[in-house]
Amino acid sequence: MNLWMLALRNLLRNRRRSLATLLAMVVGLTAILLFGGYRSNILYGMETGFVQFSGHLQVQRRGYFVDGGDNPTAYGIAGYQRIIDAIASDPELAPLLRVVTPTLQLGGIAGHMESGHTRSVLAQGLVAPEINRLMQWNDHGMVSYAQPLALEGTAPHAAVIGTGVARKLQLCAALQVPHCTNASTNAYTSARTSAAVQAPEATAMPDDVAALSALERSPDAERAPTRIEMLVATAKGAPNVASLQAIKAVNLGIKAIDDMYLAMHLPQAQRLLYGTQPPEVTAIVVQLQHTAQLPAARARLQALLTQDFGTQDLEMLDFRTLNPMFGQTDEFMASMFGFIALLIAVIVLFTIANTMGTAVVERTVEIGTLRAMGQRCSGIRRLFLCEALLLGAAGTLLGLLATAVVAWAINHSGWTWTPPGYSYAYLVLVRVWQDLPLLAGSIVGMLAVTLASAWWPARRAARMDIVDALRHA
Amino acid sequence: MGACIEKETCMYPVSLRNVDKTYRLDTVTVPALSGVSIDIRPGRFTVLCGPSGSGKTTLLNMMGCIDRPDAGEIQVDGQAVQAMTDDALSDFRARRIGFVFQNFNLLPVLTAFENVEYPLVLAAVPAAQRKERVRALLDAVGLADRAGNRPGQLSGGQRQRVAIARALATEPALVLADEPTANLDSQTGAEIIALMRRLQRERGASFVFSSHDPMVLAQADDVVRIRDGRIDAIEHRDTCAEVAA
Repeated sequence: MNLWMLALRNLLRNRRRSLATLLAMVVGLTAILLFGGYRSNILYGMETGFVQFSGHLQVQRRGYFVDGGDNPTAYGIAGYQRIIDAIASDPELAPLLRVVTPTLQLGGIAGHMESGHTRSVLAQGLVAPEINRLMQWNDHGMVSYAQPLALEGTAPHAAVIGTGVARKLQLCAALQVPHCTNASTNAYTSARTSAAVQAPEATAMPDDVAALSALERSPDAERAPTRIEMLVATAKGAPNVASLQAIKAVNLGIKAIDDMYLAMHLPQAQRLLYGTQPPEVTAIVVQLQHTAQLPAARARLQALLTQDFGTQDLEMLDFRTLNPMFGQTDEFMASMFGFIALLIAVIVLFTIANTMGTAVVERTVEIGTLRAMGQRCSGIRRLFLCEALLLGAAGTLLGLLATAVVAWAINHSGWTWTPPGYSYAYLVLVRVWQDLPLLAGSIVGMLAVTLASAWWPARRAARMDIVDALRHA
Repeated sequence: MGACIEKETCMYPVSLRNVDKTYRLDTVTVPALSGVSIDIRPGRFTVLCGPSGSGKTTLLNMMGCIDRPDAGEIQVDGQAVQAMTDDALSDFRARRIGFVFQNFNLLPVLTAFENVEYPLVLAAVPAAQRKERVRALLDAVGLADRAGNRPGQLSGGQRQRVAIARALATEPALVLADEPTANLDSQTGAEIIALMRRLQRERGASFVFSSHDPMVLAQADDVVRIRDGRIDAIEHRDTCAEVAA
């Protein structure tokens, strides 16, 4: 008869009480794990989305991220191809890399001559095949919402626009954009006969843009109803216009981006911004095989840039810095998780403490008998701690089992929700088993709470006066 | 381990010298033992008798090393125990003292076999030796066929037999029994006393009882009469001697 067997039998002695305690632990652990799994899913999802969109790291001119969004010419990276080649061929970095690609971000005004509407856009010049490879990154096996960019293999003047931009430019019908207001869809058709008919929120195209666009207009313009004009200020400050063919409207998930997004081939964007000057980019996007490689890659990249390209004053920004929402969400979820975990821990703590306390009172005479027979104080303390630990272990196992069942049900329920600021619904999923720190932390935490809650009753039992215990009625 | 109080006391399983014990109940102080000095003779059936509240149980608790005196010296099985640490006392009790309680005090989650085995586990007796000794003891108390029963499945007499077997498991020098027949009917009580007497003779252990049961008194070798926390008289029946306290 060892201590564990005695502890187990003592637990089985009052099955109803033990079951009630177990139930509290199971519900507590399941709630923590499910919420933790939900939080993990959100954070992994955000990380996947951000890394697909902006890579793990971006090399930029110092100050561009903070101050240069509206002034790409002042923060262009000259000789960017040499930097890309140096990164890609570095023996230390190469095994870590997945994609290294240049991007040029520029602001401008997009106009649709057919309907006479314009819209401020944040355009990106990019290398479509590389961006599509960027979008395939899915280190955490998420349900990815990223669609390949339709620019790959298209004509040099092709462009992809956000659904919000398409709506504003009255391109809903032509680009088959859903959820357009009647005014938006009808406006396109009527605008073809009368440019004077405009939606209430639309902005009339300025005369100078119209004039420039007329110069850019190709002979087959009339046959391309999705043709748009993009007006930007060149590096020298002069206006420049490119005629682009909107081939698709995409929903990027976040409405604020959808309302401004325009993607075009990098050479087109460079021509628009730099004209005949040597082309530059605003960022070199670096995507790694795994997020865990970020510190190593960052250190090596920093050394490489300082050593070989020190004159350009370049800096590196990781996806967390580039997307502050990630850190904010992480902190928000962590604080919620911490609060919920604390509440549950307190409930479990008091439940177990109550159970153990009652057991000590009920078994006072037994404690006295054991002590009289020669059981040391430490033996009594161990006995009650063993009982608590067994309860904790059983509660943890059953909690894991319950979590598996509920998580499976949730993941197969097809429930969706639309996060704040997002423009489409996401599946509600919980990712418990992939988050090892969550699993290990919850299990260790539950056992620790169990032991902590049993410590005081066990100590009380161990310190009982033998004679008083034997006299206990 | 401490030395004997005096050289000659080493021969006694229990010796007390000038033992005082006072209990405090809220603001009231109740003297339980006052200047008690006694030697329990080895291999005897000793009964502590006296009216309720006379200090029998307190004296028994002192002998059993489960209570400490306010003053005086106690020696059990040749060891001065008052200076021992709690752990040392626990180990000492596990090896050298057996207890039989009025309410049997068996562990309800253990079988009869396991209850008898438990003190041997505490005394770190090897498993094979434990099994053998437990079987022999259960056989000796006539409960070999009840080894797998839990206390709840046994009668009062059977429970007390298991408790006796448990008290003898470690072959202690001293067995202490606090009113062992108080919760038994007279016939069962008589059987239990007869059993204890037989086992005491067979094993040569020293048994000390607290009781005012005439059946127990009738079996006693020595009777210690206590009144108001003091030894009134000690009667050695085998020598027909009465020792003044």
